[in-house]
Amino acid sequence: MLRYTVRRLLFAIPTLLVVSFIIFALLDLAPNDPTGDLPLTIPPEVREQIRLSLGLGEPFHIRYFRWLEQFLVNEPLNMIEQIWGVEIGNSAERLRVTSWSTRSPVVDLIISRLPQTLWVVGLSYVVAICIAVPIGVISAYKQYSVFDQIGTFVSMIGFSVPTFFTGTLMIVIFSAQLGWLPSIYDTTHVVTDFDSFVTQLKQIIMPVMVLALFSAAQLSRFMRSSMLDNLNLDYVRTARAKGMTESVVLLVHVLRNSLIPVVTVIALGLPQVFAGAIITEQIFRVNGIGQLLIIAIQGADIPLVQTLTFIFAFLIVSFNLIADLLYGILDPRIRYD
Amino acid sequence: MTDATRQKTDLAAGLDGTSTPITASHRSLWSDVWQQFYTHKGAVVGVCVLAFIVLAVTFGPYIHTIDPQHLDIRAKNQGPSWAHPFGTDNLGRDMLAQVLAGGRTSLSVGVTAMALSLSLGTLIGVLAGYFKILGGPLMRLTDLFLALPILPLLLVAIMLFRDTLRSAFGPETGIFLLIVFIIGITSWMQTARIVRGEVLAIKEREFVLAAHSIGTRQRRIIKRHIFPNVLSPIMVSATLGVAAAIITESALSFLGLGFPSDFPTWGRLLYDGVPFLNITPSRVLWPGLAISLTVLSVNYMGDGLRDALDPRIRGR
Repeated sequence: MLRYTVRRLLFAIPTLLVVSFIIFALLDLAPNDPTGDLPLTIPPEVREQIRLSLGLGEPFHIRYFRWLEQFLVNEPLNMIEQIWGVEIGNSAERLRVTSWSTRSPVVDLIISRLPQTLWVVGLSYVVAICIAVPIGVISAYKQYSVFDQIGTFVSMIGFSVPTFFTGTLMIVIFSAQLGWLPSIYDTTHVVTDFDSFVTQLKQIIMPVMVLALFSAAQLSRFMRSSMLDNLNLDYVRTARAKGMTESVVLLVHVLRNSLIPVVTVIALGLPQVFAGAIITEQIFRVNGIGQLLIIAIQGADIPLVQTLTFIFAFLIVSFNLIADLLYGILDPRIRYD
Repeated sequence: MTDATRQKTDLAAGLDGTSTPITASHRSLWSDVWQQFYTHKGAVVGVCVLAFIVLAVTFGPYIHTIDPQHLDIRAKNQGPSWAHPFGTDNLGRDMLAQVLAGGRTSLSVGVTAMALSLSLGTLIGVLAGYFKILGGPLMRLTDLFLALPILPLLLVAIMLFRDTLRSAFGPETGIFLLIVFIIGITSWMQTARIVRGEVLAIKEREFVLAAHSIGTRQRRIIKRHIFPNVLSPIMVSATLGVAAAIITESALSFLGLGFPSDFPTWGRLLYDGVPFLNITPSRVLWPGLAISLTVLSVNYMGDGLRDALDPRIRGR
């Protein structure tokens, strides 16, 4: 297991490097000029100086390595310094990846946006799991019953209807028509007492539910089929023959075994939820990293786009790794060596 | 003479297309598949709904003959009426005509992107499964593509190449090509993996060995023996691919990075309707409903097709 972990980790590093190179190359080789949006009255020599100040004076590979150094060496060092309050080397002169439009370090921008995204994504995934697991269990236990049929239909709708439609539909119903919930997420809102907590709950419920319904639809299908695989196995009959109550058989024996593949699916699905949050944040105006990405793309802020895209890639690679390792840990039949 | 010509035509049929001789000799298989498919109620309803949408989108503009781009400012933001069954938008354009026109684009993007991703996925899957030397590198490539964050990259690529392609092919064709190409080359990985798995299993079967032993060339083995046997997973991923491509295109348009607004697609119409939610909620409702119904029916079709093509389920 340890050997497998190390091998996978070692394989993840070149994958991430190649991905980062692809992202960098795609953004760099694209036929556009970062100073193209500036007024035409700027004389060419000033324009050239602007290009130099954006760090575009050097050849492609140098810029790539500098970006790698700034993001993968300098930023972690900064973080270590902040957390433990120590100083490593000459930290004042350490170069950081800076955004072209705001001129502030990219990592600071991302860190300021991250909590909102994490709240929405994290809560929605927890809600999704809480919805999906019971539905999957009951659907499988009462296969082909009315509940199962309805569950199948609803989950089919759940992953066929795109989040941007469910989101706008919810706004139409709950904000525009009924006026119960705010359609815009206010990030500056601080929870201090019960009333402000209710306000926070009201504004977070729609983005969370939109994402949660989409993930719950997929997870409940996995849960159902995984339960069905287990329900006919010999150990279930043994448990029943021992005289265990049906709830113990179902919730202790079968559920624990059928959760194994579902846990890996949950881990694999998390990066997709982050990607889905890009759209949801756009609908409800949550200023998380998804909205930051859209703003960066619209403003052609290349360093910010590069870094954010790389972070999404990093999420995918690491959660793939986590899923594989979890499967090996949870299921003793899986031996990787 | 007649024998010789028949042999010749047989040979020709075998060389250029694989489907005709195979369906002719295995007709019972496809009728089995159809019967199993027919028992799946959701799939049958899905086919009907999809057929209705396709027919409406294709022939609708000939019945409802208002030009989707015709501006009539005096009739802006209207509710449903006989003249405008879906109402009008803030510039007085007819919504039904726009939804029909948008459906043409959305569906053709879906089908074209699916065809591209499917051919790419099948090619890579068959090559990786059949040729041992290619298997490793191609699967590493697939893993790499799976590690790419697709939605951010799509957005980035569209932002970067939009203007270039627009000037090269015109605003509509340029964006169409870009979106189809980008969706196609970022969604072939699942197909490639499934096809490779199937090819690996089929390659070891006796009939392939028999074909080898009588000296059949490799290209012909792939065409006549391997490919027809991996057709069923390919068909299933084709249906799912259309659904995914339609959703992706709508998502891009919804984020404002798809087609321009004078060239409606369902996603674009939805995006343009959001600021007018309070005045005319139906502007959001109809395109959204069209996307959802199409994707839902395609998904049900895929579900039914998977059951119908699975020999372990069929016939029970």
